[in-house]
Amino acid sequence: MFELFRTFFHIGLFTIGGGYAMIPLIEDKVVSEKQWISKEELMDLIAVAQSCPGIFAVNISIFIGYKLRKTKGAFFSALGTVMPSFLIILLIALVFQQFRENWVVERIFRGIRPAVVALIAAPVFRMAKSAKLSKYNFWIPVVAAIAIWLLGVSPIYVILLAGIGGYAYGQFFKEEEETEI
Amino acid sequence: MIILFLRLFWTFFLIGLFGFGGGYAMISMIQGEVVSHYHWLTTGEFTDIVAISQSTPGPIGINSATYVGYSSVVNAGYSHAWGVLGSFIASFAVVLPSFVLMLLISKFLMKYRHHPSVEHVFQGLRPAVVGLLAAAALLLINRENFGSLHDCPWQFWISVGIFCFAFVSQRVYHINPIRIIIMCGVAGFLLL
Repeated sequence: MFELFRTFFHIGLFTIGGGYAMIPLIEDKVVSEKQWISKEELMDLIAVAQSCPGIFAVNISIFIGYKLRKTKGAFFSALGTVMPSFLIILLIALVFQQFRENWVVERIFRGIRPAVVALIAAPVFRMAKSAKLSKYNFWIPVVAAIAIWLLGVSPIYVILLAGIGGYAYGQFFKEEEETEI
Repeated sequence: MIILFLRLFWTFFLIGLFGFGGGYAMISMIQGEVVSHYHWLTTGEFTDIVAISQSTPGPIGINSATYVGYSSVVNAGYSHAWGVLGSFIASFAVVLPSFVLMLLISKFLMKYRHHPSVEHVFQGLRPAVVGLLAAAALLLINRENFGSLHDCPWQFWISVGIFCFAFVSQRVYHINPIRIIIMCGVAGFLLL
C-alpha cells in the first residue's frame, strides 16, 4: 500500500505540465519497473481514463490502485498523485500572496499573462482536428464558444447539453440510418 | 463562511464530474464558475494561477483547484489558515467524482466503450470541448491581461507581441510551455 502511495507520489512530483506528460513516466514506473500491469493493459486504461471525466492522471492512478489492492489501493494511489501538487501549490500560494505587490513580480506576470492566453488558445486547433470537425458539426464548438463567451452560459451546462444532445441524436437519427442500410 | 465553503465544494465537485476533455477544458470550467459566476477571483488573478499551475509539478487540474480554493477564501477576507482549508476542500471535491465514478464504472465502461450510445455521447462532447477551450481563451483576452490600447499603448502592443510569440512557439515549434512562460516572464520584466 505504501509502495503504491510512494510510486504515485513520485510520478506526481516529477511531471510538469499536466496529464499527458505523465504517461511515459507511468509506463516507466508501473509497467517496466514494478511490473504491476502489462503495457497493453495500460493502453486500455489510458483509453478509458481519457473518456472519463475528471483529472486524467488521477483517473489512471485510481485504476491501477484499484486493480492491485481494490478500494484501499485506489485511495492511496490517488492520494499519492494529488499530494505533491497540493503541497507545492499551497507553499507557493502562501508565499506569492506576499510578493504579489512587488514591482519585479508584477512586471514578470504582466509578460506571462498574454503568454498563458496563447497557451490556452493553441490547443484549440489541435483539438479541433482530433475531434474530427466537419461541415456538419462545425457549428457545435462555435455555438458553445459564443454561449460561454458572450452569453455567459456556464461551461458545465454546455458539456451536459452536448452529451445529452449527442446521445439523443444517436437515438433518433442514427438508428433510422442503420435500419435503412 | 460555511456557505462559501459549501459553494467551493459543490463547484469543484461539478467541475470534477463534468470535466471531460483534459486540463485546459477544466480551466475553462473553473473560469466559468469561479471568475464569471461567483467573482471569487479577477481574470488577472486567474491567469496568474493558470501560469503557476502550468509551470509547477503535477496535473494542472489539481494545481489550479488547490490554488483557486486558497485564493477564493483569502480574497473573501479570511485568514491564511482558512485559505488552506479552502484549498483542501477544492482539491478533495475535484477528485471525489473521479474516485466514485472510476470505481463504479471502470468495468462498465471497459465493456461498453465501443457501444453506439457511448460513442454518440462523445460525438457531442468532443466538438463542445473545442468550443469550451476557445471560449476560455476569448474570455481571457481583456484589459487585465493585455493592458488597454487607450491608456498604455506600449503595454498593449508588447502584450500582443508576446501573445503571438507564445502562440507560434507552441503551435508551430512545439516549444515546452514552461520554457515559453519563463521567456515571456523575462520579456515582461524587461519591457513592461
